[in-house]
Amino acid sequence: MTINYDLPEEHEVFRKVVAEFARAELSPHVADWDERHHFPLEAVAAMADLGLFGLIFPEEWGGGGGDFLSLCLAIEEIGKVDQSVGITLSAGVGLGANPIYRFGTRAQQERWLPDLVSGAALGAFGLTEPGAGSDAGSSTTRAEPDGEDWVLNGAKAFITNSGTAITSIVTVTARTDAGISNFVIPAGTPGMIIEPAYRKLGWHASDTHGVILDDCRVPGDHLLGEPGKGFHNFLSILDDGRIAISALALGCARACLEMSLEYAQQRETFGKPIGSHQAIAFALADLAVAVENSANLTYKAAWLKDQGRDIGQAAAMAKLYTTEAAVTATRVATQIFGGAGFIEDSPVARFYRDAKILEIGEGTSEIQRMVISRGLGL
Amino acid sequence: MNVIVCVKQIPDPASPGELDPSTNQLKRDGKLILDESDSYGVEMALQLVDAAGGGEVSIISMAPNGEMSGMRTALAMGAVKGVLVSDPALAGSDALTTAKVLAGAVQTLGGADLVIAGTESSDGYTGTVPEQMAELLGLPSVTFAKSVKVDGGALKVSRQTEEGFDEVTCPLPALISVTAGVVEPRYPSFKGIMAAKSKPVDTKTAADLGVTAAGWAGAQQAIVEVAQAAARQAGEVIEDDGETFNKIVEFLDGLKVI
Ligand SMILES: Cc1cc2nc3c(=O)[nH]c(=O)nc-3n(C[C@H](O)[C@H](O)[C@H](O)COP(=O)(O)OP(=O)(O)OC[C@H]3O[C@@H](n4cnc5c(N)ncnc54)[C@H](O)[C@@H]3O)c2cc1C
Repeated sequence: MTINYDLPEEHEVFRKVVAEFARAELSPHVADWDERHHFPLEAVAAMADLGLFGLIFPEEWGGGGGDFLSLCLAIEEIGKVDQSVGITLSAGVGLGANPIYRFGTRAQQERWLPDLVSGAALGAFGLTEPGAGSDAGSSTTRAEPDGEDWVLNGAKAFITNSGTAITSIVTVTARTDAGISNFVIPAGTPGMIIEPAYRKLGWHASDTHGVILDDCRVPGDHLLGEPGKGFHNFLSILDDGRIAISALALGCARACLEMSLEYAQQRETFGKPIGSHQAIAFALADLAVAVENSANLTYKAAWLKDQGRDIGQAAAMAKLYTTEAAVTATRVATQIFGGAGFIEDSPVARFYRDAKILEIGEGTSEIQRMVISRGLGL
Repeated sequence: MNVIVCVKQIPDPASPGELDPSTNQLKRDGKLILDESDSYGVEMALQLVDAAGGGEVSIISMAPNGEMSGMRTALAMGAVKGVLVSDPALAGSDALTTAKVLAGAVQTLGGADLVIAGTESSDGYTGTVPEQMAELLGLPSVTFAKSVKVDGGALKVSRQTEEGFDEVTCPLPALISVTAGVVEPRYPSFKGIMAAKSKPVDTKTAADLGVTAAGWAGAQQAIVEVAQAAARQAGEVIEDDGETFNKIVEFLDGLKVI
């Protein structure tokens, strides 16, 4: 048995299908959605038709029975066309459906999973608070038992997919006497206030809100997973999510490489294509290496997950390297495009604005370095 | 309702093709993909079977090199099985031999209520195979189908013509050729792609079907010459002086379209 770097043929076929889908159905609209800060329910519906929200879930729930690698390829190809639509998919699967699938009781799964898996509904996960992001363990949102119910008070910040017209649930972490626990709050529950959308640097077509919990009451059966296991559970959800963000960043870096390469062969200065000037050629060579490394780290992390192996270190390494490569790639691409790269007519400008969050969400680069250095025994 | 769709597997139009200088034919020795113009037939077949509430879609294809990637796409869309006629001796076959082979493949499947083909392939543009097949199979044939419905035992077809549409009714079983854009072909799902791996594709030779594969030597048709299409002439540019509509009317009048 020798080492094999080829992806399975079916995965390559699937990648092409998603790439064609993104080219035909999404790319004509993404600049407009970005400009209007429009959350594209139409894109969600189209991705739902293609089965993308259910890819990794068993057929029993209406899913595609695919592996994590297939999800990564889908996020990469969508992300190559638009990062906002890519995060909507990534968060919908990883933060919306995945916690219910992994930690829900049979009854909770029956209640919430089918719509999340089909893409008819979106779920959100609220971990970050105004006073607790990287240090999520210091969160102050509380859940108190009251008869059969739980009453939650606190505030969550920057919650993706929390305020769309089809958001069905927001899962939140909250302190209880047993420790941090997770609760599922159905959209429209009195006391859950979805704040107006943030004005963001990028990801304009993605949905992000602050969420206030003001005496928000949910029935006892809305506790997700064991009480006190909430911290442990969300860390494991984040590990999966980091591989997905790595795939999103890979799409961004690949888009930058392809756009820059094409431009460098067309745009002429001093009598030759700019790609024939060594400074530009070398910048593209470095970009190609970064994309190759990013792909290898991302696919390997996905492979480890599919093997049921420990992914903590691999997910952190993939997320750290690939998101930093993506940010660099957007900077290099914008430089190669010159003035045109700073103008919104070029997708390069959009990718430039969209990339920075990749180094922040689902654990900042510093947090990934902490995870990796701890893994080294430091 | 059972439907058989003829699917051609062609070189990927995204990567530039090459002509074989000795035959003036497109080289088809690499990886082949499903001809987009056949994806409409596959989609239409799936929709008709769905509307009929039962039955299945099968696909047939002829490829000289045993290539199945394009067929797998059709199977991933929802077709249940296929027949691939693959025989090196078939390389260079003319349209009539192709029609004989495909008609033979239809018969191996035991026929169907409806056979669907594209009006013409994107890499050959002969546009004669469907009618030849219909003749060989003794089926009525409707060409250039733009929309198709099954009503009882009959097929109702809107047929694209130069002026508009013909509404045609035709008894089943029948053979139709469908135009591009009749339906929106679905994207294969991941589940479909995985399932396609294990769907049966029966591989046959020309001899299995009782067809004499004449290849290059026996083809009744040859491509004599290939030439560059003439570059289009630049159009006339008219500055609008407020009265330009008269020029447009004059121009259209000259073309005898108004
Ligand atoms: C668009 C968007 C969408 C988001 N979606 C979600 C979502 O769906 N759900 C959710 O729960 N959250 C979400 N977040 C929140 C995101 O995960 C957090 O912003 C992120 O984890 C960082 O937390 P913070 O903003 O509180 O920064 P802080 O934790 O305050 O960090 C500030 C800086 O200090 C650094 N730092 C912190 N601690 C250390 C340390 N020990 N050593 C060295 N450096 C350190 C950080 O790396 C960072 O550079 C989203 C954020 C954005 C902007």
